[in-house]
Amino acid sequence: MSAPDVRSLYDEIQAVRTRYPEGTRSAVLPALRLAQERYGWLSREAIEEVAEALELTPAYCYSVASFYDMFHLEPVGRHTIEVCTNVCCALVNAQAVLSAFVRELGIQPGETTPDGEVTLRAVECLGGCSTPTIVAVDHRYRQSVAPEDVPAIVEELRNG
Amino acid sequence: MAETPTLVLAGAEEAPLRSLAAYREAGGYLQLERARAMTPQAVTQELIDSNLRGRGGAFFPTGRKASFIPSPDKVARPIYVAVNADESEPGTFKDREIMLRVPHRLIEGCLIAAHAVQSKRVYIYIRGEYLAEYESVQAALDEAREAGILGDVEIVIHRGAGAYICGEETALLESLEGKRGQPRSKPPFPAISGVYSSPTLINNVETITTMPKVLELGGEEYAKLGAPPDSTGTRIFCLSGNVARPGAYELPHGVTVRHLIEEIGGGVPGGRTLKAVMMGGSSFPVMTPEDLDTPLDATSLGRKGYFIGSGVVTVIDDRACMVQFALRAGQFYMHESCGKCTPCRVGTRWLVQLLRAIERGEASERDLELVLDVCDRMIGKCLCVLGDSDAMIVASCVTKFRDEFRAHVEHGGCPFGHDSQLDGLYAPVDQHAHAPAAEAEALV
Ligand SMILES: Cc1cc2nc3c(=O)[nH]c(=O)nc-3n(C[C@H](O)[C@H](O)[C@H](O)COP(=O)(O)O)c2cc1C
Ligand code: SF4
Repeated sequence: MSAPDVRSLYDEIQAVRTRYPEGTRSAVLPALRLAQERYGWLSREAIEEVAEALELTPAYCYSVASFYDMFHLEPVGRHTIEVCTNVCCALVNAQAVLSAFVRELGIQPGETTPDGEVTLRAVECLGGCSTPTIVAVDHRYRQSVAPEDVPAIVEELRNG
Repeated sequence: MAETPTLVLAGAEEAPLRSLAAYREAGGYLQLERARAMTPQAVTQELIDSNLRGRGGAFFPTGRKASFIPSPDKVARPIYVAVNADESEPGTFKDREIMLRVPHRLIEGCLIAAHAVQSKRVYIYIRGEYLAEYESVQAALDEAREAGILGDVEIVIHRGAGAYICGEETALLESLEGKRGQPRSKPPFPAISGVYSSPTLINNVETITTMPKVLELGGEEYAKLGAPPDSTGTRIFCLSGNVARPGAYELPHGVTVRHLIEEIGGGVPGGRTLKAVMMGGSSFPVMTPEDLDTPLDATSLGRKGYFIGSGVVTVIDDRACMVQFALRAGQFYMHESCGKCTPCRVGTRWLVQLLRAIERGEASERDLELVLDVCDRMIGKCLCVLGDSDAMIVASCVTKFRDEFRAHVEHGGCPFGHDSQLDGLYAPVDQHAHAPAAEAEALV
């Protein structure tokens, strides 16, 4: 983890805006990402903050956020586990890996553990097809994950 | 035929070529220097002579595309280059290898492309899930900037946020403009009106990263490699699925599918046999075993109704139920349909409903015809090819594995039972309770 950013979200967003031509809305995606990194998910308040920093309406920012799979409009756990379930991983063992996480965490895909620690998601192809099954743990890819590896991954997150 | 050298991944065969010093030692950025000493037209001419074609899926001639960009004195707006690093076609992982292993070659390619179309601003649109890849390219970019290599060109990395459709070039441009990633109708094409209504050259990561090598060899020499005249040069094939040695293999166009799977990939493991190949990506018709001797070049594949796509070769062994395979592919397109046009928005959902009913044995023989009819109403009628893609793979499964589909109807269920590795597969659409066709089911 890097040192906590002492800049406000507003200032961070202004810095991102300079990368794009003036008068364009290109900073919306990076700004939403910054807000989500800061707050964990995009609450109504977070979206309002982004909108204000970009001089756009909250409705516009919400409409953009809701289009993209990686933006969370509901609270998520402190950690995320994303299991690729597309065909290349599925042909090898993705279903067994996903089921192992379901058993180990006691939740269904799309859910968060009651203690708010871990969100489990089934996702589409992550682009790691030569080392199935790909599991993104807090957005870092783990390669060639087998069902036997699952308890250790969950343990690691619970202790981390 | 002389052995074709590794080009795009040259120097990174053993270990990644990440630092500027190491890349320079391998001859890095020399072609940029040469390009900058040439006129933009001369650089474009080299690309035309090479007959390099787009590696993103559509195989469009790269030099010709660059030549469509008007020269700066003819337009009042700035000219942009957009690099498509959205890589989300199922089975594709080559751009990721490039970004992790030869990030400086990608940057060099960006700068050569910028010179060819006289652009001062490059955007690299990278899919949001790629974190290590983003860090690798960002580090290379920072190093290059510090070393003064960028000159008066600015390169900005723009991260996506999870949407397959943003790989479609006009959806990518919309997304880059801070909008929902929904495709635009064409024309106008991006070369005339792209990002911010300005002329924009848009190319795939692999296409761009090939450019330094085209200059190094010379367009005419490059054009002799691979399977000329149409499929010149090399291609990073993405071998995956039920194969002993999956991986990203850079090979000349024209090796056969069988050679890649059996010689290079070590064949199907576990004493199983090959049932089908997902050829080009999940957006294209599946290949059946009798066509394994087809050379991997666009012309030979095209003759048999296949596409080279993004270089995907995914091996499916004999355990797999092809109804389940078609269903899972269909669920992907349903999940990723942007909803802008009706044939795709409705068609992708309808196909999933029908395929699910067939898989469960709740369909009749007539429903097989209905699937093909729905596919027919999608192909050529969608705003972008996402809808067509769904229809192409699904229709190919029904047509080529008709007996398997029929067996589901006759058995009143899947004849493979739990033997199929795709049995009971959970898909992301099942997670979205608001999706009409989603029937979320508990896994255990
Ligand atoms: C639904 C859809 C998804 C696409 N995804 C990608 C992608 O992830 N990466 C890519 O380079 N091209 C993708 N393409 C192709 C692009 O529209 C475009 O043809 C390509 O970026 C042009 O670059 P090239 O000529 O270098 O291949 C996609 C097309 C469609 C219709
Ligand atoms: S074909 Fe599908 S993805 Fe493409 S524009 Fe239409 S609804 Fe959107």
